[in-house]
Amino acid sequence: MSTTTDTRAETGTQVTPREHPRSRGDRAFSTIAHIVLIAWALVVILPLLWTFYSSFKTSGEILLSPFAPPSSLNLDNFVTAWNEAGIGRFFFNTIIVVGGALVLVMLLGAMCAYVLARFEFPGRRLIYYGMIAGLTFPIFLAVVPLFFVLQNMGLRGTYLGLILAYVGFALPFTVFFLYAFFRQLPEEVSEAAAIDGAGDFRTFFQIMLPLAAPGLMSVTIFNFLGLWNQYLLPVVLNTDGDKYVLAQGLKSLQAQQGYESDWGAMFASVTITILPVMIVYAIFQRQLQGGLGPSTNK
Amino acid sequence: MTAVPTTLESPSSDASAPRRRVGRRPSASRLLFFAVFLGVPLLVYIVFVVSPFLQAFYYSLTSWRGVSGNADFIGLDNYRTIFADPVYRKALANNLLLMIILPTVTITLAFILAVMVTIGGDSRGEIRGIKGASIYRVVSFFPYVLPAVVIGILFAFIYSPNGGLLNGVLNLPVGLLNQLGADIDPIGLAWLGERRFALAAIIAAVVWSLVGFYMVLFVAAIKAIPSETIEAARLDGAGRARLAFQVVLPQIRENVSTAVVYMGIMALDMFVYISVMTPSGGIGKSTEVVSRYLYETAFARSQFGLASAMGVVLALVTMLMAVVVLFASRSKEDR
Repeated sequence: MSTTTDTRAETGTQVTPREHPRSRGDRAFSTIAHIVLIAWALVVILPLLWTFYSSFKTSGEILLSPFAPPSSLNLDNFVTAWNEAGIGRFFFNTIIVVGGALVLVMLLGAMCAYVLARFEFPGRRLIYYGMIAGLTFPIFLAVVPLFFVLQNMGLRGTYLGLILAYVGFALPFTVFFLYAFFRQLPEEVSEAAAIDGAGDFRTFFQIMLPLAAPGLMSVTIFNFLGLWNQYLLPVVLNTDGDKYVLAQGLKSLQAQQGYESDWGAMFASVTITILPVMIVYAIFQRQLQGGLGPSTNK
Repeated sequence: MTAVPTTLESPSSDASAPRRRVGRRPSASRLLFFAVFLGVPLLVYIVFVVSPFLQAFYYSLTSWRGVSGNADFIGLDNYRTIFADPVYRKALANNLLLMIILPTVTITLAFILAVMVTIGGDSRGEIRGIKGASIYRVVSFFPYVLPAVVIGILFAFIYSPNGGLLNGVLNLPVGLLNQLGADIDPIGLAWLGERRFALAAIIAAVVWSLVGFYMVLFVAAIKAIPSETIEAARLDGAGRARLAFQVVLPQIRENVSTAVVYMGIMALDMFVYISVMTPSGGIGKSTEVVSRYLYETAFARSQFGLASAMGVVLALVTMLMAVVVLFASRSKEDR
């Protein structure tokens, strides 16, 4: 590193501040950095690309020449995966469970966050910290009793039971982020609404909720990904093969097929599972990465 | 706003307060509002999240084996049993190993990539990132959005002894050498089936999926550092390495310790990765972890009390780790 500094010190006097030629150290560093970054990008992309094009090949082709591109654009694997392997049904189940849980958690989370953020009442802090503590609870500790909680309520193995469990575990994250959002909304707005005679319910649904739309948006995206990828909860609570969600379905396909059998259909199943998150990522990439900043919602 | 005779729920007298204070006697509609808006979410949270956690602690002290069986209170017997069980000890040891290695590798890699992307540009003029920074960021972040099951299955393919991507890549130079006259056997390793490689192979898969996420997290944190700080250090003659480790790193220390806690929590879980890549905990339990063993104990052997004890120990380790990391990063701040 010291060489870089030296070079800069030597040439520093000769260059004009705007149009400086890049020093040798700079060029060397930038070359190395690009090589490292490109290497990492390839490490990320190649396995995904391999999965994608392998899903068009027959199992024989995959085993004989794993790298060769598919001989034809054959959709058989997708048809097999969707119909025979049950990916179609799993997909449908996942849509119901994730969709239901997403709507419910956003509604309940926004309601709870709104009350905690905008009203002062005894016990407010206790409830808030009790909620936030949920972010650190390890799910594996809860699954055994949760299994029996749902069993006793007659909800085990139902869509509703799974949806409620999803909602419960997604609530802390949702409340945590939306709380910060509702805190930032100007007080004048709700006061104006109150003067106009709007009740608490109308103020929330017609005024505050639309104002918080950008925050709701990014939390919804994160929740979608989190719920779509959920695995431990459905494995424990959703043991009926007909109601499997995609993650479970994939795992059971893999377990049934072992290593040798229908690779093509397996690759196709994986591709089908990845596609929705890939589309969401492509559309909302900016919100996702923006949501990670230290000042979340600016 | 003082004269609002029509509304019972008048805002608090302190106009600057950000929140409305609920008066001594809230109106009926306000009570209904609270019951619905606070009551319903809390009910769901308590029934499906809080109560199962509390029950787990109680069950861990019983010999409970399912609904019909009786749950006798047996004190700490379950804890004695699990610590006498070599498989549990192996699983816990693996979790602790993962807790050290996974955050270290992932966060180091993510930090290096983040530094290259943000302050890797020219060393003069304004601080700027490397060309194409956003493309690198978008690409490396992507694996984070993939379901963990998919990552497990994907890497099971990659590590497969025949037709797997890794052996295929390794055999490319082997094939080349053989064409030149060498006589080397093609590599046909079952990476996940070998005691020596299985855990490392799984670690590689997890690192692959998470580096991009932490890289983006660090990029955001580095961009929030005031540029004067970095420029001043540069004027003092700090090279890139010193800039990265002595100027940037201390500034984003909080983000790093949060990242360590997150990674630690996931290293102490690992259920999905392990149960997908090595379904029964690997050859000779070489990749067994507590969460997977707990699942088997509870749902294949119906030893719910015992399984709860396993979970409680792991949960305590998790909390201890979080407290230690957060405390360590804070105490430096005070110095």
